[in-house]
Amino acid sequence: MTREEIIKPENLVYSKTKVLTDTVMHYCPGCGHGTTHRLVAEVIDEMGIQSETLGVAPVGCAVLAYNYFDVDIAEAAHGRAPALATAMKRLRPEKFVFTYQGDGDLAAIGTGETIHACNRGENITIIFVNNGIYGMTGGQMAPTTLEGMVTATSPYGREQQFNGHPLKITELVAQLPGTYYVTRQAVYTPALVRRAKKAIRQAFEYQKLNKGVTFVEIVSNCNSGWKMSPVKANEWLEENMLPFYPLGDLKVPEKE
Amino acid sequence: MAKEIKLMKGNEAIAEGAIRCGCDGYFGYPITPQSEILEYLTAENPYPKTGMVVLQAESETASINMVYGGAALGKRVMTTSSSPGISLMQEGLSYIAGAELPALVVNVVRGGPGLGTIQPSQADYFQTVKGGGHGDYRLITLAPASVQEMYDFVELGFDLAFKYRNPVMLLSDGVIGQVMEKVEVGEYKPRWTNEYIAKTYPWALVGKPESRGHNIITSLQLDPVVQEKVNHKLQAKYKVCEENEVRYETFQTEDAEILLVAYGSSARICQKVVQLGREAGIKVGLLRPITLWPFPKKPLLELSKQVKSILTVEMSAGQMIEDVKLAVECKVPVQHYGRFGGMIPTPTEIFEVLKTL
Amino acid sequence: MTEEIIIAGFGGQGVLSMGKILAYSGAMQNKEVSWMPSYGPEMRGGTSNVTVIISDERINSPTLNQFDTAIILNQQSMDKFENSVKPGGLLIYDPNGISAHPTRKDISIYQVAGTDKALEIGNARLSNMIMLGGFLKIKPIINPEFLRKGLEKSLPERHHKLIPDNEKAVEVGKEILVPIHVL
Repeated sequence: MTREEIIKPENLVYSKTKVLTDTVMHYCPGCGHGTTHRLVAEVIDEMGIQSETLGVAPVGCAVLAYNYFDVDIAEAAHGRAPALATAMKRLRPEKFVFTYQGDGDLAAIGTGETIHACNRGENITIIFVNNGIYGMTGGQMAPTTLEGMVTATSPYGREQQFNGHPLKITELVAQLPGTYYVTRQAVYTPALVRRAKKAIRQAFEYQKLNKGVTFVEIVSNCNSGWKMSPVKANEWLEENMLPFYPLGDLKVPEKE
Repeated sequence: MAKEIKLMKGNEAIAEGAIRCGCDGYFGYPITPQSEILEYLTAENPYPKTGMVVLQAESETASINMVYGGAALGKRVMTTSSSPGISLMQEGLSYIAGAELPALVVNVVRGGPGLGTIQPSQADYFQTVKGGGHGDYRLITLAPASVQEMYDFVELGFDLAFKYRNPVMLLSDGVIGQVMEKVEVGEYKPRWTNEYIAKTYPWALVGKPESRGHNIITSLQLDPVVQEKVNHKLQAKYKVCEENEVRYETFQTEDAEILLVAYGSSARICQKVVQLGREAGIKVGLLRPITLWPFPKKPLLELSKQVKSILTVEMSAGQMIEDVKLAVECKVPVQHYGRFGGMIPTPTEIFEVLKTL
Repeated sequence: MTEEIIIAGFGGQGVLSMGKILAYSGAMQNKEVSWMPSYGPEMRGGTSNVTVIISDERINSPTLNQFDTAIILNQQSMDKFENSVKPGGLLIYDPNGISAHPTRKDISIYQVAGTDKALEIGNARLSNMIMLGGFLKIKPIINPEFLRKGLEKSLPERHHKLIPDNEKAVEVGKEILVPIHVL
């Protein structure tokens, strides 16, 4: 087959969604961020809401998310994305507003903003990528780091007595009456990717109802920070992260 | 239309000024001595009338970041606080300045450092005009000295903020916040429409249409070469601002041999001192900086050629005096008289100092 | 005309509201006015004071240390402000609870038994208006019609039915004024 035959439109089986820009992502090979970005972008594309969407990028590995999502988007200070999103949605309630945050951003420095945006029931979607570590700064301990897990700042493993417990922030926000839909997903197998996409779509769809925060956690890996190959990291995720952070819906709307 | 005069506190005038000038959003957190602003706004409940959003945030940190989010949309948004709360906002202010967003912040200053007192002070001058947050940035700083100016400077502050895409600080204090005076209020101006914002401020996040690339609001540049360029651009903007936006007021300086320099409530007290001085036959005048940044360097340099000495009066240990000294280039001696920690200098005690000059 | 007044007493004696009524009345009479309260912990039961300035000209300092008139409602305030009255100025005080009476000879001093009279009338909260009446008797800087407008402006609408009682209290104050030392 010639090149010309191959690139015929009818032979197209897979393409980049238009809600991602052409900018090459800086994420490490095997990282869940790229997949999660793509799912969010596909949902925005499929819902036809690109011009109606406002995004907020975090500080952390996804700090440059604003270069990848082809929507109008602001880069927040560390942990403050829900505060920005609160104002954005209040001032433009007809828009779809989402934040994209990691576990250090959302569950450590930004805990206050997370809890209060959720408690006020802001009509925003929070995409929360939990890899149990600070990836961007070189693999330090996060509030979500598992007990015994070795990081740059828990070199002998996280000690519960000394460092406290891993924080289940998603379980916590699910308790708040201001959240409408809270779910935990993963993206390390094709089947899970499809399920995660459904959840993200659901979260954006529910935003139309103005019934509160929709919150999607993606349990992800950090093969660089965990110092593992991508395959090994995914195995480790399944064996260690998922028992502590089990997948599934934590809060679904009651049937009307 | 007949002039509408109201008797109100400085803090209330801020709130009324915001509602009437077409402010889109207020995000704040209670702290003495400025809680009347949030109380007044929640009591007035402008949303059904003008669409202005008023929200009590969970902290000053959240407030300033809500302002950041709102400003990114090209909306006229503001917050207010007092010294300890303003300290918490410094990170956000630096981001807003770095991302070149317009926003209005009001500081009704109280005594410090630390939790300090709740009484009036002017000890946040350095924090406001010399940085406060990290990085090479400037806050356009307006210092109201009356309740009327508290009202007027809200709209002026927004105008300057949007003209320069820069945060504006209204640096007030407990006296001007708590005092009640007459205010001439303006008519209700409509808020900007989303269409107007999209057309007038092409940087604003309004939702990406097919016709353009996506708008990004960020203060991050990983490449130092680019970051230096960004800084050069900011500095060029500040230079234009320094050339065009200096504001000040003088009282009886025409024949003055002694010059008082004071801003805000201290300037009001010093007007009384000028009166006492003139009654005693002392040729004393007052220069009141209205913009603290950009600082009125040129008029001070001019007056330094005429006067024998300068006395700065501040409710601090002496902060603005540094800018006065820089402005007059050692041409005349500059002395400081200050009370601080929440104490207000009396006209008489300043007059006693004046007599020794 | 510029009248610089300090009103001082316990929080709860109506110090701030007396000042507010005076300021509103002045404003209604087209004067320049300023009302500067002490604020802070003293708002909640301690001593409280307010500086009120009424003038035909633009007002300079809203905070002062020397006054044309002091209206004093308790001993602490007497201790603090007796010496702040300008020579030739006026001091009006409620003798209730005063143990150390003012001694200055270079100012005019009057007593108005606001607290006792208000209790006699049956409404303790009118004592401040009785004191105000005493002041307006000596310095009639506010016309009665503007005092009424000032009351209307400064009292919330639900209290407007009390305006006639307030006006009567002002008149009572004018009658029970006792000169102690008059220049």
